[in-house]
Amino acid sequence: MLGAATASYRGRICVRGISAIPAFIISRILQAIPVLLIVGFIAFALFAFVGDPVNIMLGTSYTEADRVRMTHELGLDQPFLVQYIKFIWAVLHGEFGVSYRLARPVSSLIAERLPATAELSLAAALFAMLVGIPAGVYTGIYRNAFTSRVFMVLSLVGVSLPTFLIGILLILVFSVLLGWLPSYGRGTTVAIGGWTTGLLTVSGLKALVLPAITLGLFQMTLIMRLVRAEMLEVLRSDYIKFARARGLTNRAIYFGHALKNTLVPVITVAGLQLGGIVAFSIVTETVFQWPGMGLLLVQSIQVGDIPVMSTYLLLVAVLFVIINLIVDMLYFAVDPRLRVGRAR
Amino acid sequence: MRALDSDLVYNFRRSPIAIISTLIVVICVGAAALAPLIAPYNPFDLASLNLMDSMIPPAFLPDGTAAHLLGTDNQGRDLVSAMMYGGRISLIIGLSAVVFATIVGILVGLTAGYAGGAVDAVLMRIADVQLTFPAILIALLVSGVVGVALPPSLHEKLEVYVLIFAIGISRWPQFARTVRSSTMVERGRDYVLAARVIGLSGPRIVLTHILPNAWGPVVVIATINIGGSILDEATLSFLGVGLPATQPSLGTLIRIGNDYLYSGEWWITIFPGVALAALVLSINLLGDWLRDAVNPRLR
Amino acid sequence: MSALLDVQDLSVDFPTRRGRLHALDRVSLSIQPGEILGVVGESGAGKSLTGAAIIGLLEPPGVIVGGQVSLEGRRIDKLPPEQMRRIRGRQIGAVFQDPLTTLNPLYTVGRQLVETMQTHLGLSDRDAKARAVQWLVDVGIPGAAERVDAYPHEFSGGMRQRVVIALALCAEPKLVIADEPTTALDVSIQAQVIALLRRLAREHGTAVLLVTHDMGVIAETCDRVAVMYAGRVIEVGSVAAVVHRPSHPYTEGLMASIPALRARVDRLAQIDGAMPRLNAIPPGCAYNPRCPKVFERCRHDRPNLMPAKETQAACWLYAEGAVHG
Repeated sequence: MLGAATASYRGRICVRGISAIPAFIISRILQAIPVLLIVGFIAFALFAFVGDPVNIMLGTSYTEADRVRMTHELGLDQPFLVQYIKFIWAVLHGEFGVSYRLARPVSSLIAERLPATAELSLAAALFAMLVGIPAGVYTGIYRNAFTSRVFMVLSLVGVSLPTFLIGILLILVFSVLLGWLPSYGRGTTVAIGGWTTGLLTVSGLKALVLPAITLGLFQMTLIMRLVRAEMLEVLRSDYIKFARARGLTNRAIYFGHALKNTLVPVITVAGLQLGGIVAFSIVTETVFQWPGMGLLLVQSIQVGDIPVMSTYLLLVAVLFVIINLIVDMLYFAVDPRLRVGRAR
Repeated sequence: MRALDSDLVYNFRRSPIAIISTLIVVICVGAAALAPLIAPYNPFDLASLNLMDSMIPPAFLPDGTAAHLLGTDNQGRDLVSAMMYGGRISLIIGLSAVVFATIVGILVGLTAGYAGGAVDAVLMRIADVQLTFPAILIALLVSGVVGVALPPSLHEKLEVYVLIFAIGISRWPQFARTVRSSTMVERGRDYVLAARVIGLSGPRIVLTHILPNAWGPVVVIATINIGGSILDEATLSFLGVGLPATQPSLGTLIRIGNDYLYSGEWWITIFPGVALAALVLSINLLGDWLRDAVNPRLR
Repeated sequence: MSALLDVQDLSVDFPTRRGRLHALDRVSLSIQPGEILGVVGESGAGKSLTGAAIIGLLEPPGVIVGGQVSLEGRRIDKLPPEQMRRIRGRQIGAVFQDPLTTLNPLYTVGRQLVETMQTHLGLSDRDAKARAVQWLVDVGIPGAAERVDAYPHEFSGGMRQRVVIALALCAEPKLVIADEPTTALDVSIQAQVIALLRRLAREHGTAVLLVTHDMGVIAETCDRVAVMYAGRVIEVGSVAAVVHRPSHPYTEGLMASIPALRARVDRLAQIDGAMPRLNAIPPGCAYNPRCPKVFERCRHDRPNLMPAKETQAACWLYAEGAVHG
């Protein structure tokens, strides 16, 4: 009798535990499709209706025959729906049109610029998490200590200063006054296959320091404040009091019990902030003349290079969808309560 | 209502941060609003500019003069005056963008909340999609696209409105969500049913009965958004997609000065930068304080 | 006979901006090995605080300002944090009120048991796991061998409190402080949990300090009982004496206000007024403004515990030469 009850209980857990993960992820992917379609439509609409690509491509002197030929080459004489389907088809094959400004395929422009932005964003994200989480734990545990107060004041300044100003100040101090670090560019890069990396040379690594700190500072302070707030909340909880009453060591209590419970909200915000890092890499790349996608975008916007703009929009949308998916999967890994099919 | 006001006053007096922030905001807004009256020079008056006066360091440095307290920029503009006029433009754009976002957000939120059903689903789905992207990215792309769509001859004339539109459009979903949820709560209340029974029209019920109940959170969100909007404008201008050098905002001044950082003329970029940071920090602190004072639960 | 736990004149203050609040005022208690001592009183009388002070887990800004706590003759109230930590769990276990919040939701119950035992007993992973399963069997969790890998949210409230009891006892402490262990549970489950606690205490020879406001639980479970009022212990004695023949007027009032199941009473007695707040404790006996038998001395002098009828009571009625009884 008892055995049967237990077996059926076990069965339920197993079924839910195993089947819930794919179902959950599939539903997330399904939810992402309309987002991508909307963004894709906007990107296409920009492409098709904003400005006159033919004019821009031809420059100032052209004949009517040139014009007709160009219109036909770009496929702009076809019906709307055909253009849209062609657009989606091309996008799915990695073809994003030709840059008006540079007269080169956008896909190869992006491919050239992607490594710079990826390395910068990852370095900034790592900086934000590796400094932000321990600082948050520290200020949460020793909230009245002098160093905690210093951290908190600094973080308030960090949250309020605009990214470009932080970059300028860092350049002023570390490049202009002290002369320790370069103020622009990626330094010497090494090409590995199609990927150019600055991580393998000293000058490349030095060049990465200031931009990565500039870009990650805001996220760092945000993560620190969030972890601190969550730590304070969790340390007041009954299960932490009970863990103390069981005589567990401080180390086990803070890093085993408390930190893990702060992770769910931290993952959410960190995930969203990763998107923020990508957006603000535009600003950082401009300040430091970092040859990434952000700099490309700004230069394209200044001259109205629509294909590059719409491609950037699409890529960012895909990136955000992927980030959200990863965040959801991390929830799953951290919080067992989600695994028993109790959807949020 | 009166009890709330006196509570606010009491809280305010006990908060040094709120008092200092208010002081800074008042000084900044005052200097900006009165710029044409009190600024020592008119930075837009091209005739008065003299390249001989360019790059003069601040008065406290060896080569500085008392005529230009904070020095001059690359075109010989007095920095104090340029910052006052620039702050004026920054504030006008930031505030207008928030007003624009508030209006759009309220209209969408009321419509979605009152109509419900498919209208609600579509509008909120759009808001969700937009919220996925950082506001600055939306503002950047919108201003870029509008820039392409407009004929180049109008660019300079309309740039201020383009920025207001771009920044406003990047911030409406937050307002729409809040207003929508208040609307949905109020829609079910007895007095709204009663108003319907009397035969009042939908828009009238929404505007006279439902909207007043949504004001509180809207004001708080608007306050919190002002600092961000000013920063967005500065960022766009810094990136070179905002205001041109002929009508510089604080962000434009910082961008101009950035080119001279390496040659030692740090003041052109640092003074406007400090002013911008102080203004935004104060507005943010004041916004946080207001949020906590009005509704502790939003904390 | 030497006491397992001896609390002498323990005082706890909460310093606040408007002065110090005396939350515990010279509380004295003792528990013999294997004994179950009940502590009763209204909310805010200082019952739970006494337990927290004994295990050294007072919430800041609360501080011990006087008295001493001894475990097996050794003072533990002034130990450095690390030594006190080794006592918690190993020498003195604790059961908290709400089982829904006392277990860490992100770890399996087995892991929490293993972790506690390994911290104090230095067991290997395999032994600890085996003992964890055995503990779950002992506290009556069906299917313990499988459920050891389940998370807290997969258990009902009553089952979770059984797990909490296993956690409190798994390092074999000599004393368990159970703070309102049944208050948050369904009435139908309360009796089971109390019976479990009592059975395990007897089996392992563990003494229990049972904090509760439920006189029924006290009457059924405890050997002796201490009554607290406004941060003071005002009466101590055997359960039978305190429940049926109380000495202190407050205890009398308390017992009269409990509805008995079998007896038909037209009206329940009630005590007029309310327990004073900590910042407004009257001079003399804290109970004097509400006491039906108050006389002059009660308003000025604070009584300590003194022999009274069959118990010890802090009441001037029992002072030598008193004629007011």
